Amino acid sequence: MSNATRFFRRNAVAYMFLTPWLIGFFVLTLYPMFYSLRLSFTDYDFTKPDATQWIGLGNYQKMFGSLFGQSEFVASTGKAMRVDRYYIKSLSVTFTYVFVSVPLKLIFALAIAILMNQRLRGVSFYRAVYYVPTLLGGSVAIAVLWRKLFEKEGLVNEFLGALGFTNLPGWITDPRYSLWTLILLSVWQFGSSMIIFLAGLKQIPQEYYEAASVDGAGKVRQFFAITIPLLSPVILFNLVMQMIGAFQSFTQAYIIGGGRGGVLNSTLFYTLHMYIQGWTYHQMGYASAMAWVLLIIIGLLTAVIFLSSKWWVSYGTGE
Amino acid sequence: MGPGNNKTSTVVRHTLTHIFIIALGLVMIYPIAWMIVSSFKPNNLIFSDPGLIPKAVTFENYITGWKGYAGTSFGRFFANSLVMCAVAIVGNLISCSMAAYAFARLRFVGRSFWFAVMMTTLMLPGHITLVPRYILFNTFDWVGSYRPILVPKFLATDAFFVFLLVQFMRSLPKELEEAAIIDGCGKVGVFLRIILPLAFPALVTTALFTFLWTWDDFFNHLLYLTRPETFTVSRALRTFVGDAGAVSNWGGALAMSTLSIIPAFVLFFSLQRYFVQGITTTGLKG
Repeated sequence: MSNATRFFRRNAVAYMFLTPWLIGFFVLTLYPMFYSLRLSFTDYDFTKPDATQWIGLGNYQKMFGSLFGQSEFVASTGKAMRVDRYYIKSLSVTFTYVFVSVPLKLIFALAIAILMNQRLRGVSFYRAVYYVPTLLGGSVAIAVLWRKLFEKEGLVNEFLGALGFTNLPGWITDPRYSLWTLILLSVWQFGSSMIIFLAGLKQIPQEYYEAASVDGAGKVRQFFAITIPLLSPVILFNLVMQMIGAFQSFTQAYIIGGGRGGVLNSTLFYTLHMYIQGWTYHQMGYASAMAWVLLIIIGLLTAVIFLSSKWWVSYGTGE
Repeated sequence: MGPGNNKTSTVVRHTLTHIFIIALGLVMIYPIAWMIVSSFKPNNLIFSDPGLIPKAVTFENYITGWKGYAGTSFGRFFANSLVMCAVAIVGNLISCSMAAYAFARLRFVGRSFWFAVMMTTLMLPGHITLVPRYILFNTFDWVGSYRPILVPKFLATDAFFVFLLVQFMRSLPKELEEAAIIDGCGKVGVFLRIILPLAFPALVTTALFTFLWTWDDFFNHLLYLTRPETFTVSRALRTFVGDAGAVSNWGGALAMSTLSIIPAFVLFFSLQRYFVQGITTTGLKG
């Protein structure tokens, strides 16, 4: 066999193994991305695709127009359009959800992981129990349960009532609190981050702590001088993954809000709003534009986190 | 941690930690335990009884809940979910292990480029492709069937599993592979006879998470399943919750919710180490 044939065969075999993934990438990822970018500049309506018109940045103006006090505007093609009154609301609901639930979740996960990292008996059992909410939390079953727990006559109010609290609200139906029930539901599922932290903590050599305590450093000092720096790459990973995941939350808000954004749109998550626009109202051009803005937001935040990591993540200590 | 009083203080500290962990664990598990217990309570007691020990036990909720929705029983929904998960697992195992083998063990032109592309798709929010995929599948006339959910599994679109398997396959020793090649085994033979058997733990992890995520997935089921006969468990559970958010049959909802979490429970407690492996290998080496 000549070198050229061998080279050709080696590549052919490799690409054969890669074929399913390549087809998936081109047909189900790359092409859809370009397609959705193009749709985002049109008024594509799923029920009448033939009437689709190019409206330039119309969809984007529809999203952000209300920030500039607009309620109606004329798109570049002369088409009269209405500003989406609920878009900014969905954005603020989602930002609140992400910026509150992700840090809380990571703090809980880290605290419990540190607690379990002592040489305790039964740690693997505890770890399993604490993972159960994460295992089940994304399901429709738990969302249904959450509705039941936090309604006016639900379990939570039964307990609070027994503790002497009166005038308790219906946590799900009161727009002041409904988002917080979803945040609590998210924080409750700190299991994966906890397991990752626990594995990270196990890799920190015990001698570091011993040396530090010989030098007279207390527990708090050790936590900030050893644990946090050595764990920082793991914190970075958890932060990015949880953030990306939180922005895309859908199921729990959909079930708890009964397929809508809840009372006064207090739980109108971004993806829920996108679903309603695209599938309830068939405005798929607009939904595509929303998806692109979400991608840009997530991309920017990820970039900011990675850039800032220069200052707070330390690599290359230890091994 | 000085010497001397070290031992007693450790015992005290550990005991306190145990108590704290157990107490917090009970609070965390309470809602789920309450759901399971309440599914056996008569409908009128679910509202008034926050305790874990039911005052009366009934199977009524299971009977009314099992009747299902629009003339289709939960038996059908469970069968649908199981079939869907089984096919999804087969799809992911085949397509993701093939891609992972190429990335982890073969040398070819463009490998690092495609690997970087794969890693990018790992971070890509799925919503960006949602609308075009829906339109695409609609032109194929696939909406209403399982194909929009299952065909992508055969095309390795879950980059997470490709990455998991790449990590695992990279760590396997080269020697066995070289011996097999000397014995006249081709790349395909090495993949089937050496790599796949050695990657068994990572394949179990892949199968496990594919099962859970497909079983729990709601969004795709909401988009693509249109007829009640095709509904999965998660899609069917939603029918207990009305559009205004009201639930008509709480007992039935809690009973079917309880049944729906059994597979995850059983798998988790019987295959725990594969879970931990799946969460940590991709988490730490990432």
